[in-house]
Order: sequence, then C-alpha cells, then structure tokens
Amino acid sequence: AGDGGGPVPGDGTDPPAPERALFPPTFSLSEIKNKQRRHFMFLRWKQQQRKEKLALKKKRRKEREALGDKAPPKAIPKTIENQRVYDETTVDPNDEEVAFDEATDEFAPYFNRQTVPKILITTSDRPRGRTVRFCEQLATVIPNSHVYYRRGLALKRIIPQCIARDFTDLIVINEDRKIPNGLVLSHLPDGPTAHFRMSSVRLRKEIKRKGKDPTEHVPEVILNNFTTRLGHSIGRMFAALFPHDPQFIGRQVATFHNQRDYIFFRFHRYIFKSEKKVGIQELGPRFTLKLRSLQKGTFDSKFGEYEWIHKRREMDTSRRKFHL
Amino acid sequence: PLALSPQVLLSKNYEKALEEIDENLIYWPRFIRHKCKQRFTKITQYLIRIRKLTLKRQRKLVPLRRKIERRENRREEKALIAAQLDNAIEKELLERLKQDTYGDIYNFPIHAFDKALQQQDAESESESDAEREEDDDDEDVDKREFVEAEDSELSDFEDMDKLETSSEEEQEEEEEVDDKASHSKSKGKTPLKGPARRKRPYIEIEYEEETEPSTKTKAA
Repeated sequence: AGDGGGPVPGDGTDPPAPERALFPPTFSLSEIKNKQRRHFMFLRWKQQQRKEKLALKKKRRKEREALGDKAPPKAIPKTIENQRVYDETTVDPNDEEVAFDEATDEFAPYFNRQTVPKILITTSDRPRGRTVRFCEQLATVIPNSHVYYRRGLALKRIIPQCIARDFTDLIVINEDRKIPNGLVLSHLPDGPTAHFRMSSVRLRKEIKRKGKDPTEHVPEVILNNFTTRLGHSIGRMFAALFPHDPQFIGRQVATFHNQRDYIFFRFHRYIFKSEKKVGIQELGPRFTLKLRSLQKGTFDSKFGEYEWIHKRREMDTSRRKFHL
Repeated sequence: PLALSPQVLLSKNYEKALEEIDENLIYWPRFIRHKCKQRFTKITQYLIRIRKLTLKRQRKLVPLRRKIERRENRREEKALIAAQLDNAIEKELLERLKQDTYGDIYNFPIHAFDKALQQQDAESESESDAEREEDDDDEDVDKREFVEAEDSELSDFEDMDKLETSSEEEQEEEEEVDDKASHSKSKGKTPLKGPARRKRPYIEIEYEEETEPSTKTKAA
C-alpha cells in the first residue's frame, strides 16, 4: 500500500539502494502490512544508516587529522560509573574524621595487629550438596577457618560459645533448594553483621582453565572500589577475615571488587612475567554478593540496630545511584 | 445439623475429657465413641506439637519477586562486564609491585633503577650504553648476567625472573620456593593465559626440574 517504485521483493538477500523510490511524505516503515516486504525495507534502511554513520566517522577522522594538534580532545563516552550520582558519604582519602573513626571502631584491634582472625563457617539447617562443597572450598581459601555443621542450633546460642572459643568472625551461608544464596558475615566480639545476597556461585570444578588447589599460604587481599563510608566499613570487614601478613611466596590473591553495588569475589594465583606484565590464573570458588543490610551488633534479627537496610522503593529509584 | 446438635465443652484434663465423651455419647454405638475419642486424641497431640514448634526457631519464607530477580540478575551481568576484573586485578598487582610492597623477592626493580639512573645522570656514553643494553632485556644475555651480579644483593636463588633463555641463568636462578606452584606452572597441564605460554621456551621445563632439589635445600 505505501511504497511505489521500489525493487521487487525476493530479489536476493542484499537490498540495492533505491534509485527512483517515491514514497509519500508521511510514510514510515512500520506501516507496511506485509512482513516480508517490511523486513526487506527495514534492512535497506539499516544499510543506509550504517553507510551514513561510516561516512560521518571518516569525515570526523579526516578533520581531526587535518587539525593535528589543535584538534579538540576526544569525547569521553558516558558510562554509568561516569554518570554516577555523587554520594555525600564518599570517603576522601585524607579525611581525618574517617581516619579517627576507623582507629576506634570494632576493627581497630585487628588493624593494630592485636588479634589474629579465626573464622567459623557454617550453614543454615540441613545443607545440601553444593552448599557443603562450597563451604569446604571457602574454608581452603580463607586461612585459619573451620567449618561446622549446624544441626538445629540457634545462632543466638552459638555466638556466645564462639566468643568464648576466641573466634573473630562468623560466616553463615544460607541455602535455598540446594544452592547457596545468602551470606551473613558477622564480626564476633560484638561487631557489625552484614547480610548479603549471594549469586552466581561457581565451585572450583566449574571454573574453566583453573589451576590447582590453593595452598596453605596466606593470600593477599585486594579491595577495589569501596568508596562511600558504608563501602569502607564493608571493605574493612572483608579485610578482617584474612591474616595481616600475606605470604608473597604463595602468590595468591583474593579480590573483592565492588562494581555498581555488586561485590565480586575472585581468588587467583598470579605470576610476574616481567615488570609490566602479570599473568593471573583463577583458582578457587567465585561468587558475587549484594549487600542487603548492615547491623551494628552481632546477629540479632529482632532487636538489632540496623545501620543500613536496602529499601527497594527508596534506593532503587535511580539507575545511577549506588551505595557502596 | 451442626447448629442443631448440642455443644459440650470438654474439660482440659485429657482423661476427664475422654470420660466426658463416654458420658455424653452414652447410647451411641461403641465404634462411634471410639472414633470420637481417637479424633480428640489426634487434635490434642497436634496442638501440643504446634506449641512446641513455635518455641523453636521458625524458618521464614520470603517470596521471590520475579521482576526484581530478573532485574538484579541482568544488572549483575552488566556490572560484571563493566568491572573488567582481570584487568583491574592485574593493574592492582602491578601497582603493588611498583610501590615495592613485595620487597626484594622479584628481580625486576632493575628496570626502575636503571631508568632512574638514566634520568638522573646524563653522563658518559659508556654508562648510558650499558644502561641501554640492560634495558634490552631479553636480547643480550651475557651483559645482563654481568649487571645482575653487580646489582642484586640477594643470592640468585631468590630471583624470580623467567624470561631468560640461557641455561646458565636458569640454573642460577630459582623459579619458586613453593614447589607445588612451580610444578603446576612447569608441567603445563594447567596453562596460564594463552600469550603467557607462548613466551616460554621449552628448555625451561627440563632445567627447572633438575635444579629443584638443590634449590630446595638452599631455600630452606
């Protein structure tokens, strides 16, 4: 109905450029009722657009070369990280107040090297296959950690026992239908408790091109992109899991990388091939965490004082606003 | 006829309640009375169980919201792509190498040292020539050896450099104190990233295995 003078459909896969195409002025591709014809016209239109874009690029490049040094600097593409809504709680590296806070908060004894981390890993009731294996692998990754299975014991009663036995951290992996999906990390002597949602857990055998098992050396820790106050405290929590002096002989590194509020955990072995190049090989489990809530005291769901909860309606309104 | 039949409240005491059932249904057949008592027993038992369970911890069921799950999964994938984890980790490790957190374990500081020298003194050609030759890392092996003996304070066994191709240097330098890790790299079964493998010459593997026993004792 709409087009006139175009080539016959079914001419071959490559639609030729229109020579004498005469379209009524208010014509749009979507008005063609015939699907084949419509598709054909759309492909032709797309080709035209691509050609125009290419021509534009070439022209721009020529202009830039012609100007030489006087050319305006290249435009930086907008990314979500570039456009991120500025968070007031972003930590300035030289901030004294933050430094003072950190010197006196619950992790101070760890960072002053007074305590050695000792970690208890456990699960929710009746863990199944994947969760059990994941716990074991996590125990090999984090030095000085022990796995205990819970058979109906209440967390509130476990915690005083742990404190009595000198544990510094408690990790509870929550399980749903045989896969781990939640993580509660609690710093024991009365420290903050963080509740995460865990996703895309890969066990060691599922990682492609992986190396051998991690050795007993203390790994290094990399914490990336924890910018706000909240992010800072979570980062310190993660750092407090690992002993202070990494053994560089082991060449293992555990990475917590925060990107858009998702914390990616990876465990690698690295090797320096030259001064400018390093090769890394992934070994050990990997998972991603998303913070759901941060509580001031140890784990207490009823009477705890929440420092931060993820409230979906208030906090998920903007695509460019992140909290960690 | 539930509204028509009389309702009798049984006593709280289990045995007395059973007797009351018997009294109230006195002329009913024995089977019906028995069934009635059975029903009563069942009810009391499950009420007891409910009371016990509410005292223990209860599992809280949180419903999944499909739209939100989908959104979060998609965002996670995008965040993963944006994160470029491998690059970030490599950058961080190289930063740490530059800032000397690894101390003297690695042999590379020569480059930085030489570049600093080059920048600082603009002196005799021989010196700058020697430095330029040192910079050409993989090419001139002998001169490199010469320089290393001068510069490195530690014994050669603790050097980690792997790019040398000459046999002498490999025998001198130990790859790794940690045997397991070196095994995993030398055997090549679990390969590192592709380009890494290509740069390594074959000979290296054999020599490493020979020298390991000697270096083991020295390192310990």
